[in-house]
Amino acid sequence: MRSATPWSTVFDDVLVATGETLYMVVVSTLIAVLLGAPVGIWLQLTAPGGLKPRPVLHKVLGFVVDLGRSMPFLVLLVVLTSLTRLLLGSTIGPTAAIVPLAVGAIPFVGRLVQNVLAEVHVSVVEAAVTTGSSTLRIVRSVLLRESLPALVNAVGVTSIALLGYSAMAGVVGGGGLGDLAVRMGYQRFNDRYLWSTVVVLAIIATLIQFITNRVARGVDRRRTASV
Amino acid sequence: MITVENLTKTFPGSTGQVRALDGVNLDVAAGTVLGVVGPSGAGKSTLARCVALLERPDSGAIRVDGTDLVSLDGTALRAARRQIGVVPQGDSLLRQRTAAGNVALPLEAAGVAGPQRRTRVAELLDLVGLTDKAGSYPDQLSGGQRQRIAVARALAASPSVLLADEPTSALDPDTTGSVLTVLDRARAELGVTVLVVTHDMGVVRKICDDVAVLEDGRVVEHGKVLDLVSDATSRTASSLLPAVDQNPALEGSFDRVADVVLIGFAAVGALLPEATSRFGVELNLLGGGLTRLGETPVARFRVGLKGERADSALEWISEAGGSVRRTLSGPQGVAA
Repeated sequence: MRSATPWSTVFDDVLVATGETLYMVVVSTLIAVLLGAPVGIWLQLTAPGGLKPRPVLHKVLGFVVDLGRSMPFLVLLVVLTSLTRLLLGSTIGPTAAIVPLAVGAIPFVGRLVQNVLAEVHVSVVEAAVTTGSSTLRIVRSVLLRESLPALVNAVGVTSIALLGYSAMAGVVGGGGLGDLAVRMGYQRFNDRYLWSTVVVLAIIATLIQFITNRVARGVDRRRTASV
Repeated sequence: MITVENLTKTFPGSTGQVRALDGVNLDVAAGTVLGVVGPSGAGKSTLARCVALLERPDSGAIRVDGTDLVSLDGTALRAARRQIGVVPQGDSLLRQRTAAGNVALPLEAAGVAGPQRRTRVAELLDLVGLTDKAGSYPDQLSGGQRQRIAVARALAASPSVLLADEPTSALDPDTTGSVLTVLDRARAELGVTVLVVTHDMGVVRKICDDVAVLEDGRVVEHGKVLDLVSDATSRTASSLLPAVDQNPALEGSFDRVADVVLIGFAAVGALLPEATSRFGVELNLLGGGLTRLGETPVARFRVGLKGERADSALEWISEAGGSVRRTLSGPQGVAA
C-alpha cells in the first residue's frame, strides 16, 4: 500500500495542468470565434429570406458545417495530425492540441452564430435595408450589434464546450486537467488528483459562465420600462 | 411626387400563381397624403413592399419625381432608397440603440458627418415631439412613441416620399392620433409626399387628401376624398360617411325622401334651413349625421320633405353644392 501523494505535489501538478487547460481553451476559443463567426454570418446571409439569398450555396455550406459538427473530436484529433504538423511543425503538446480544438469548434460556432443572427427580427433588418444601408453596414450595425448579448453567450457556450474537449488533448500529449485526471486520477487510482481536477474544472466552468453573463448583460442596451 | 404605373406582381401559390398586384396605377401629387385602403388580401402589403423597394414587381414602374426606381441595382438602388422614407409594418427599431441612434441610422448610411448628423437628429426628434426621449431605448418607449421614432428615422435622410405601412395597426385610438399628427406635420412642414397603406378608414378620415381603394390587386377607386364622398355610390362614401338606417314606416309619410351629402362649413350649416324657407317645404332629418374629414365638416342626412315644391327644393340643394340622391324606397308621386 503506497502512501498518498502529498497535497503540495498534487497542488503543483494541478496548477500546471490548469495553466495548460486555460491556454488551450482561451486560444482555441479565440481562433474558433474569429473563423467561425464569418461562417455563421455567411450562412445567415445566404439563407432563404436572408439579405443575399443563395439557396444552393447555403445548402452546401450547411452540409459542410454539419459534417464538421458530426465528427467525434477524438477522430478529428487524429485526422488533423498532418495539418497540425504543417502549421506548427509538431504534433504534441498543448499548442498542438489547439489546432484540432479550434478546427472542431469552427462549425459549432458557425451554427451558433447563424441561429443567433436569425433571431434579429426581419422587420428590423428590412427597416435598415430601406435606409439605403449597405450589406456590410447592416451586418455590423444591425445583425451583430442587435444580437451582441446572445453572441457573447454563444462564445461562453463555445469555451465551455472546448473546456470539455480539451480533456481529450492528453491523447496528443496536450496535458491539461482532463489529461491529469485520466492519467493520475483514473489510471493510477489517485483520488486526490481525480477530485481536485474535477473541482478545478467545475470552478473554471462556473467562472466562464459568470463572466459570460456579466459581459452579456453589460453589452445589452435593452432596458425594461423604467420611465 | 410619386407615380405607380401598371404594377404587377405574382407569387407562386399552392394552387398556381397568385396575382397580388394586377396593373396598379397610383398618382400622389407632391405634398399630399394618399391613403391606400382595402380588405386584407387585397395586395396592400405587396404594394407597400414594392414601393419600399423591398420586393421587385414583375412589371411596371415606380417613379419618384420622374425617375423609375424599379430596375435599379446595387449602389444606384441604395441611393434610390434614400428618396423613399419607409415606416415599416410592426416594430422596426434597433433595440440596442437609443431613439436618437435609431434616427441617425439613415444618416450614417448616407455618410453624413457627425456634427451635421446630430443637428439633423435633433430637428427630427423635435418634429415628432420626442426631444426629451433622445437617450431612451425603444424598450423604454410606448408603442406610439416607438412609431413616431420610426417616422423620424424614415424622414432623416430628407426623402421626397414617405411610405407608411400600417403605421397605426398595433396602436390604441389615442396613440394612433399622435402618430397621424406626426405624419400630417411631415407633409405640412417638410412638404414630403405621403403614401399610407392602411386597413383603417380612420386614417383616411383624419389625414388623407386622396384615397385609393385596392381590391384583388386592382385599384377600384382612386381620387380626392372629398370628391369621392359626394358620390354616394362610392366605397369611400359608404365607409366614411355616417350611416343612414332604413326606416320605411317613417319615410312613407313624406312626399320625397332623399340622402343629402353636404361638404364644408357653409353647406353643412346653411343649405337645409335655406331650402326650407325658400321653397316653403317641411324638411325633417330622418337619419344620418355629421362627421369630419380632416378639417372639413361633412354631413350625410336622410331627409324627408313635405310640400308642393319638394322637388324644386332638392334640385336647389343639389345646385347649391349638396349632393342629393333620392332613395328608391320613398314615394314618387306628389299631390299637386
